[in-house]
Amino acid sequence: MTALAEANAGTALVSVRNLSREFNGRRVLNGVDLTVAPGQIVALIGRSGSGKSTLLRVLAGLDHGATGEFDVPSRAGVAFQDARLLLWRRVRDNVALGLRGESRHEIAEAALAEVGLSDHLRAWPLTLSGGEAQRVSLARALVREPELLLLDEPFGALDALTRLAMHDLVLALWQRHRPAILLVTHDVDEALALADRVVLLADGRIAYEERVALPRPREREHPDLAQKRIRLLNELGVYQKGASL
Amino acid sequence: MSAIERAAQTLGLPRDGPSVSEEDVTPVAPAATVGIVAPARRRRMSLSRGRRLISPLVLLGIWQLTNAFKLISPEKLPPPSMVVTTASNLIFHPTPAFGSLQGAMAVSVQRFALGFALGAGVALLLALVAGLSRLGEATVDPLVQMIRTLPLFGLIPVFIVWFGIGSLPKILLVALGASVPLYLNTYSGIRSIDGRLFELSHVLKLNRRERLINVVIPGALPQALVGLRQSLGAAWLSLVVAEQINANAGLGFMINQAATFLRNDVIFVALTVYTLLGLLTDWIVRLLERRALAWRTDLVAQ
Repeated sequence: MTALAEANAGTALVSVRNLSREFNGRRVLNGVDLTVAPGQIVALIGRSGSGKSTLLRVLAGLDHGATGEFDVPSRAGVAFQDARLLLWRRVRDNVALGLRGESRHEIAEAALAEVGLSDHLRAWPLTLSGGEAQRVSLARALVREPELLLLDEPFGALDALTRLAMHDLVLALWQRHRPAILLVTHDVDEALALADRVVLLADGRIAYEERVALPRPREREHPDLAQKRIRLLNELGVYQKGASL
Repeated sequence: MSAIERAAQTLGLPRDGPSVSEEDVTPVAPAATVGIVAPARRRRMSLSRGRRLISPLVLLGIWQLTNAFKLISPEKLPPPSMVVTTASNLIFHPTPAFGSLQGAMAVSVQRFALGFALGAGVALLLALVAGLSRLGEATVDPLVQMIRTLPLFGLIPVFIVWFGIGSLPKILLVALGASVPLYLNTYSGIRSIDGRLFELSHVLKLNRRERLINVVIPGALPQALVGLRQSLGAAWLSLVVAEQINANAGLGFMINQAATFLRNDVIFVALTVYTLLGLLTDWIVRLLERRALAWRTDLVAQ
């Protein structure tokens, strides 16, 4: 296992070694090892409090209290569960935020066209629906052509239909730009629909991993996925008592 | 989907209300309703604005009638018509005792403008320092909190000793009066900016200047504008008080002279000018507010 990790380290885009994080004596992350290859989609699942969001925040550079080692590419985009738009900047200016140079507005417009919001360039964020705001947030994360996209439950606050549409959008964007994606989610189906690898975090470490080789977009009812779903839910402890399900 | 959600919002319906499904709301209905709602609201607004004029006009009328029926002598309470006549006399026929109204106004307005610019500038600078760094907060905030509790007008005699009886002590008093509310509101505006937006600016690798322009200033602006209006009020008040003590020019001097010569009509003219100037600056801030907070107000208008 260690040999494999070392072999991977050369080609890995993200590598995390023995990462720990404590909050007031409580170990939220307890020696996490993880690698992500370029262009790979990895879903991080776990029950609430399992440390998955903390891991993402550490990798995004938002939490400086962790010990251990990690490498992430400098070109990384982040999308949060709340779209986190500047309400006082129009949609296009939100996407162009932090871009420099003459063509920043053209670049932002192109990114908004990709997420299907070309007719909202001059809209104020408060006039957008939840799904639209989240698409703006994705466009903003993609506009720098990141090698790594960190997504922290970006669809968690959306309704079921919008969420499915967002899955398709993310896959389409991924196919075009091929960033590696680290997706934090609590939704097993979402993880199985999108990811090459579903990594389960429990008690602050990686407890289980499921690889999914099926081509995307995937049929939700595919028998392979059904098996993997049951195994993952078992690992999450969901079926321990209600085994008859 | 979004058009329907927005229409539902306009109609005051719950966004996810079970009663409104996509089939229930045809695209025609909300659009038509929005079209009707907007002008009706506008008509109601102009109506209510017209209605708001009634009571002040009635008051002016009663005031004028007290003179017509000789209820109160014009020496004590000059009627509005007399205030207007006196004002035009002060403009077109200046006397040695009072000078000209426009001259007095120019002196007062200049004091106000200089004092306000000084006070507002210092307040904004200090608010940025205190709002953006812990060290700045620890250094600046206690000083301002101390100054805040100082009785402003108790400083007038001290200022006269220090700065004489010219315009300088008045300007400084206006500056002090203007700075405190603007500082307090801007500082608290900066501190109440959602911390998640600073995370965002970190993730987007914004530099200090970009963060200031895109996050700090616009984020603190609504509260800062509230402070601006309060500070304009405080600045005018400081000017009126400062000008009446030991003045040798300006509207306050005119009031002092009028009191000596028992000319209440002149006092009323000066007070009216103060009032109009105060209304003017308030109106300017409201214009500013409408432009700067368009991201909120446009939504209300939709």
